[in-house]
Amino acid sequence: MKLNPDLFTDKVKKEATRIGFGLGLVAAARADKNVVALTADLAASTALGDFIKEFPERFIQVGVAEQNLAAVASGLAHVGKIPFATSFSMFNPGRNWEQIRTTIGYNNQPVKIVGTHSGLGVGEDGATHQALEDIAITRVIPGMVVLSPCDAIQAKQATIAAAKTASPTYLRLNRQRVPTIFSEDTSFEIGKAQLVRDGKDVTIIAAGPMLYPALVAAEELGKEGISAAVINMHTIKPLDSRAIVTAARKTGRIVTVEDHQIHGGLGSAVAEVVVQECPVPMNILGMPDKYGESGHVEQLFVKFGLTEKEIAQMCRVLLR
Amino acid sequence: MELKALTLQANTIRQDIIRMLTEAGSGHPGGSLGMADIFTVLYFDFLSINPPKPDAIDRDYLVLSNGHICPVLYATLAHRGFFPVKKLVTLRKLGSPLQGHPHREALPGLESSSGPLGSGLSQACGMAKGLLIDGRKNRVVCLTSDGEHQEGNTWEAVLFAAKYRLSNLIEIIDRNNIQIDGRTEEVMPLGSIRDKYHAFGWHTIEIDGNDINDIKKALAEADAVADKPSVIVAHVVPGKGVSFMENQYQWHGKAPSKEEAAQALLELAKAREGFS
Repeated sequence: MKLNPDLFTDKVKKEATRIGFGLGLVAAARADKNVVALTADLAASTALGDFIKEFPERFIQVGVAEQNLAAVASGLAHVGKIPFATSFSMFNPGRNWEQIRTTIGYNNQPVKIVGTHSGLGVGEDGATHQALEDIAITRVIPGMVVLSPCDAIQAKQATIAAAKTASPTYLRLNRQRVPTIFSEDTSFEIGKAQLVRDGKDVTIIAAGPMLYPALVAAEELGKEGISAAVINMHTIKPLDSRAIVTAARKTGRIVTVEDHQIHGGLGSAVAEVVVQECPVPMNILGMPDKYGESGHVEQLFVKFGLTEKEIAQMCRVLLR
Repeated sequence: MELKALTLQANTIRQDIIRMLTEAGSGHPGGSLGMADIFTVLYFDFLSINPPKPDAIDRDYLVLSNGHICPVLYATLAHRGFFPVKKLVTLRKLGSPLQGHPHREALPGLESSSGPLGSGLSQACGMAKGLLIDGRKNRVVCLTSDGEHQEGNTWEAVLFAAKYRLSNLIEIIDRNNIQIDGRTEEVMPLGSIRDKYHAFGWHTIEIDGNDINDIKKALAEADAVADKPSVIVAHVVPGKGVSFMENQYQWHGKAPSKEEAAQALLELAKAREGFS
């Protein structure tokens, strides 16, 4: 795939996926008058500023009440709205999981649950705010679409695409700025994984902020003569099982990496396909059943082993 | 609809509730019987609905938050013509659209899947807000229980409705003073629900929820309020119409035996003669 030419240089542009969401939301709202946005006292953090300026009558502030956030969004959807319900991932879908499951999932309402602050990248706020379980608790809900875009451009595309689907959807975003990997011309389709880099020895499957270190790891491995493919699994559900099976057959080894617990997330989802359809050796890299802590984003990713070095090492281990 | 016709309709619904629950072998008779008068007035006198077109864009919305009293909703919907009355006895059976707690997509006329307490009022608020954004005239009626006012989510919605002045929203609270574990005032005292809503900025009305004239008057009053949401605190006798079930919290969630059902139906039939 065509990547940002500055990607592996110091010049690379960095932007948070939540900013891309804010832009995508405005675009979606211009295209469809039924798009509305809600937040639970986090309008600025969830990047709703532009939307509120342009569509004040379509903005709903529920206060610090995430259970109400989810269920009000369900009601809005029932009368024809396309609600984007925003907060931090820890509270949405964390705090309000049952409301999401019953009033959005079981009710089959096209609400878009937007968690702008997921994973270790929340940084200094510490473990209480670092949602590392949100993929697990959303992908288990029947019919729920789970999206984890890798950069701000893809987050914008994912937001626009989500507004057009009738499915309940969880959009997993990040606070921290990440390198811009793709361009506006890169295609995006919900449920269709992207083979970002081809390879024949091992496949790295990454999502969200881990795609960039996965690509760096693949570069490093290339210097050692190891040919690593990289897949961007921006849609964790519905999972592109065909892409996984193809990769497993071609490279015979899979490493997954995610900014999430190793239980129940991307690695688990990929493993469910691999063990049933084409068993090959796998390594699942993620948060090893621990809570995070306060610190700079970069420090945290190093401390908990979510770096290009660890990803490359996981690949080498599989190739031994 | 005339008082007598509504009274007879409520009696018919009560008899069907007994039959359904007996056939199912489980379910919630207390709240269902208690709310039969309110459901009858809503569906046969107040709501703007059209059973052949359950999804009509101009319909009023009824959200049942405390989904466990769905037998009264199902019986009312069937008698109002949303689906055949003979389906009622499939309640809680495998493959039936009459799920133990309502499933929106299973049955025409249901606006929401519910059961887990405390989130129905939020959904009703979302509907009311969405309708106001579009300047639509549909009304939203939300039925809640007193017990679910122990859920924090309910109060989040109460704040929301007041903030956004959801004048198209009418809430009716089944104030029957019982919940699974006992009397509400012993399990977790609620005190004056009306005073609480008043303090939150709602228009408040308090009625005898088993008095059809009271119910009609209260709905008309609530409907006329133009600048805020309205709540009707309806004092309801749980198990209403069946002497041994009335005001007994033990009948919150237990189906009658065949013998108990026969006795209940006999009492209801007798009462019916009194109205005719």
